[in-house]
Amino acid sequence: MLASTNGHRQQARRAAYPARYSAFGLLRRGLTHAEWPPAWRGHPLKGSYDVVIVGGGVHGLAAAYYLAANHGITDVAVLDKGYIGSGGSGRNTAILRSNYLTPEGVRFYDRSLQLYRRLAADLDFNVMFSRRGHLTLAHNDSSLRTMRWRAEVNKAEGVDSEVIGPAEIKRLAPFLDVGEGARYPVVGALWHPPGGIIRHDAVVWGYARGADALGVHIHQNTEVTGIDVADGRIRGVRTSRGDIATPIVLNATAGWATLVSDMAGVAMPIQTFPLQAAVTEPVKPFLSTVIVSGTLHVYISQTDRGELVFGASVDPFTSYSMRGSLEFIEGLAGHVLELMPALTKVRVLRQWAGLCDMTPDFSPVMGHTPVEGFLVDTGWGTYGFKAGPVSGEAMAECIATGRTPEIIAAFGLERFAEGVLVGEKGAAAVGH
Amino acid sequence: MILLPCSWCGPRDASEFAYVGEVVSRPDPATVTAPQWRRYLYVRANPCDWTTETWYHRMGCRRYLKVERHTETNEVRAVHAGREAG
Repeated sequence: MLASTNGHRQQARRAAYPARYSAFGLLRRGLTHAEWPPAWRGHPLKGSYDVVIVGGGVHGLAAAYYLAANHGITDVAVLDKGYIGSGGSGRNTAILRSNYLTPEGVRFYDRSLQLYRRLAADLDFNVMFSRRGHLTLAHNDSSLRTMRWRAEVNKAEGVDSEVIGPAEIKRLAPFLDVGEGARYPVVGALWHPPGGIIRHDAVVWGYARGADALGVHIHQNTEVTGIDVADGRIRGVRTSRGDIATPIVLNATAGWATLVSDMAGVAMPIQTFPLQAAVTEPVKPFLSTVIVSGTLHVYISQTDRGELVFGASVDPFTSYSMRGSLEFIEGLAGHVLELMPALTKVRVLRQWAGLCDMTPDFSPVMGHTPVEGFLVDTGWGTYGFKAGPVSGEAMAECIATGRTPEIIAAFGLERFAEGVLVGEKGAAAVGH
Repeated sequence: MILLPCSWCGPRDASEFAYVGEVVSRPDPATVTAPQWRRYLYVRANPCDWTTETWYHRMGCRRYLKVERHTETNEVRAVHAGREAG
């Protein structure tokens, strides 16, 4: 280190890269005031790469990491027009679960949950996964019927999931109003013990650090302005920092999925809607599960810091605007108080919006496209974050082998022309 | 949320309206191929730019409006009575 950057005294010895994170390392550096090396580095933009990944969120960075770690492909650039994790990866409500409705969906999201469970060890980075269980409330008979259906599909796929009654719900979440006098009485819930929450920024940083250590170049503040296609093949990418020649481009953007695909001339069945979320002031820990109500369009969890994180369904019209609205927070507060009347005095600290690429069947669009060398990992609607690891793993295999892995075979772009949709609306419309 | 200046009712909150979006013309069922029909069902333009789209004043005059809106800023430039052909 040549210059002190944060007030620590100057170090003569260059820190080893990448630093191995451990309790001992923390103690040693705490005592010696040694600088930590950066978790990932900046690089000049090269004129060509074997693979260019557009979008530096959890999907793009995971794909880059697994390309390098599983397949030895390290000449990879990850481009982001802002900073990494500044899109959907940093705006979601960080809920993980795999209790979906279709067998294809359950298998896919369960693989992601398995990868998340050992991610901290794989990446040597604390991603703070808290497996606290996930409750999806039913307020009427038809919701309960869908939950029984989901529970049976889940069990058949080996995923821990069952329908429970109000007494059991009250035991898991004592602050929840499960009385019969409620405007929307709770008649049951889908209980999914493997679900939980995670620190979404740490997942992004962990993958970035892992990918960078294996030789991947991460280029922030690098906006893709065009994609060159000739004779039905990808030739290169034009960016705000210069042109890159490449045979393979992966579109791993959320919110801008159609705009990037349009550059390659690939039409996508996607429309972009904002989804708003909010967080309250921190309070003492009282909520040990994730609570979701599809009827009331709300999901609630408590972070390790004590803040309550609320999310909702998407706004009622398409937009690329990420401004919050008063109408949203008013409706959300009313719904939260229906469920937990004790929260009347809790104040909301901030609200924000992220962009959701909604598909007609609430399933993603992944894999090869009619343009050779142009792959997509898009259409992530309101459920993209929890699928980050499995998507990265599958897209890396797709790029390295040229074949579509079985686990994402159902999610191809061609399904919309063939009419073979994967209907996940019953499990993904609001239930995060 | 945004205000939409309805041609009949004046400026009203967007929550009074139903968003219809891009109106695409329905192909002739007698001659259309299955992939063309599914494209009509599923594929819509999704620009980050000025758009001309249809809204329905559900809780007002219950008429259709043609609205020019920028999808990044939600600024509304013009509102016309009627709906797009389709």
